[in-house]
Amino acid sequence: MNIVVCISSVPDTTSKINFTDNNSKFDSNGVQFVINPYDEFGLTKAMMLKEKYGGNVTVITVGDISVEPVMRKALAIGADNAVRINTSPLDSYSTASAIANYLKENEIDLIIAGKESSDYNGGAVPGMIAELMNLPFINACIGLEIENNTARLIREIDGGQEKVSTNLPCIIGGQKGLVNESDLRIPNMRGIMQARSKPLDVIEPESNENLVESNIFEKPDAKNACKLIDANNVSELISLLQNEAKVI
Amino acid sequence: MSILVYTESWNGSFRKSTFEAVSYASETAKLLSTDVVAISLGNVPNEELEKLGNYGVNKVISCEKINKEDAESAAEIMHNLINDSNIFIFSNTYSAKMIAPRLSIKMKAGLITNIISLSEDSSLLKVKRKAFSSKAIETVVVKSEKAILSIAPNSFKVIENSGMCEITKNDTIKTGRITVEGQETSSGKISLSEAEIVVSAGRGLKGPENWTMIEELADLLGAATACSKPVSDIGWRPHSEHVGQTGKVVAPNLYIAIGISGAIQHLAGVNSSKIMVAINTDPEAPFFKAANYGIVGDAFDVIPKMIEELKKTK
Ligand SMILES: Cc1cc2nc3c(=O)[nH]c(=O)nc-3n(C[C@H](O)[C@H](O)[C@H](O)COP(=O)(O)OP(=O)(O)OC[C@H]3O[C@@H](n4cnc5c(N)ncnc54)[C@H](O)[C@@H]3O)c2cc1C
Repeated sequence: MNIVVCISSVPDTTSKINFTDNNSKFDSNGVQFVINPYDEFGLTKAMMLKEKYGGNVTVITVGDISVEPVMRKALAIGADNAVRINTSPLDSYSTASAIANYLKENEIDLIIAGKESSDYNGGAVPGMIAELMNLPFINACIGLEIENNTARLIREIDGGQEKVSTNLPCIIGGQKGLVNESDLRIPNMRGIMQARSKPLDVIEPESNENLVESNIFEKPDAKNACKLIDANNVSELISLLQNEAKVI
Repeated sequence: MSILVYTESWNGSFRKSTFEAVSYASETAKLLSTDVVAISLGNVPNEELEKLGNYGVNKVISCEKINKEDAESAAEIMHNLINDSNIFIFSNTYSAKMIAPRLSIKMKAGLITNIISLSEDSSLLKVKRKAFSSKAIETVVVKSEKAILSIAPNSFKVIENSGMCEITKNDTIKTGRITVEGQETSSGKISLSEAEIVVSAGRGLKGPENWTMIEELADLLGAATACSKPVSDIGWRPHSEHVGQTGKVVAPNLYIAIGISGAIQHLAGVNSSKIMVAINTDPEAPFFKAANYGIVGDAFDVIPKMIEELKKTK
């Protein structure tokens, strides 16, 4: 099986988010970057599928050289080779086009992306790749089994879940459930050593066109101080929620 | 140059998020002095379709033979129905997340998701959206001629007036490459992303057996239930209830956090709630810094008291 895992390099979940250049750019100063948490589930799933059926796992990303440590980490977890499309992604469309343009040339059975990246939360890249490459797309995927040429999947839907199937090749947007949290792979020493000599190809994009543009960032309003209510006076809390906050 | 809006239905009826998207579409239409055309997929009875008129829809095209689960066919029919329209509105639901990206490629339209504001400018579409797991608000401008705007649930008020809409049927039949083999929905339960009140509990609850009181409190408030990540990881609650940076993002009017410490990853998914209440034994719990109201106390003491109080007011 030829599996491609799309990886996004994102600020660690504990990062304080700040902006520079008059609040027009994300301030990466002092920020630790990690594999997008949703992509981690996909990468581990890809490793499991490879162990079962053989084949190759490629990790791909769009980004400048600063994202390479995250790609090396993916290689250390077990991916066979990495591809970095050398441009700064401008929006979902520019990211999806870069990936689809590159992958069109390849024989692929399965593409696994995360359902969204935890920085811009667009959630649109995998669906756009699907359309650009004319592939079936299953989002919010919480289960995946492969049987010959068929993918059997479980996806989340509003208020429940759904079992679906489709033929390979296809693309999925993964999240927790694709594999269990406790099964997530982390790099070991041997993996880290091996990763150093695995191929990380740098590809120049054909173009970098965007359809939307980030303008300015702001932080949500700070909350007012918390009003503490005595544990023996629960009725006061109820009355505040009814009469002051007017939410119940 | 009508504004188009996808009016999602569940088992033949619309929900709040649909009316939010329609209200958003009609406010945008006012700004641009045009009308609103809705596209409905699947079987929706006429009396339900007629309701859309009350939220500003002028015309609805009902594509009864297209399934919303089939995003490929859905995007294709929507693309066929666009005519000269440049703006398409969605609510950011599960099916929208599958359809809108496909449609955006077909239309070559800039797609903006998680939107929380109307366009600030009628000539150039400029809207605010949630980013960095709600740790920031990003203002985004559409560069392309066409745009798809997908609205975050619970971020835009439903605006209702009485009005009429014309109903037309489209009989196109299409099937995509994905086969649905079974569906499991917890009927009757309130959907977490749409809920106006969310009662959420964490590891402080000690074990799954203690959720009876959480569910009772939620029932009394007409609330959906949620939980912190470790609670779903250990299997005390289903994954679908996990909220936070790596789970669902919610923005209810009221979020009640019981026995949840308030880690940054948890807060990221809930801090756009209008009012937050923390109940925790530890006065130093970070949640008290984010909450509007708090009780330092034992959940096993406070929650039964809340239930009792609420029963009195019913
Ligand atoms: C990459 C990454 C992503 C993450 N994503 C998420 C996410 O999306 N969502 C999320 O929730 N977490 C997430 N986390 C985990 C997060 O860091 C915290 O570990 C988690 O939120 C803690 O859950 P908790 O508050 O239920 O448990 P704890 O931190 O154990 O807190 C339990 C709280 O209950 C209180 N308590 C104990 N007994 C009682 C009682 N009887 N009555 C009242 N209060 C009591 C305690 O004082 C304590 O504050 C993530 C972590 C990482 C590293």
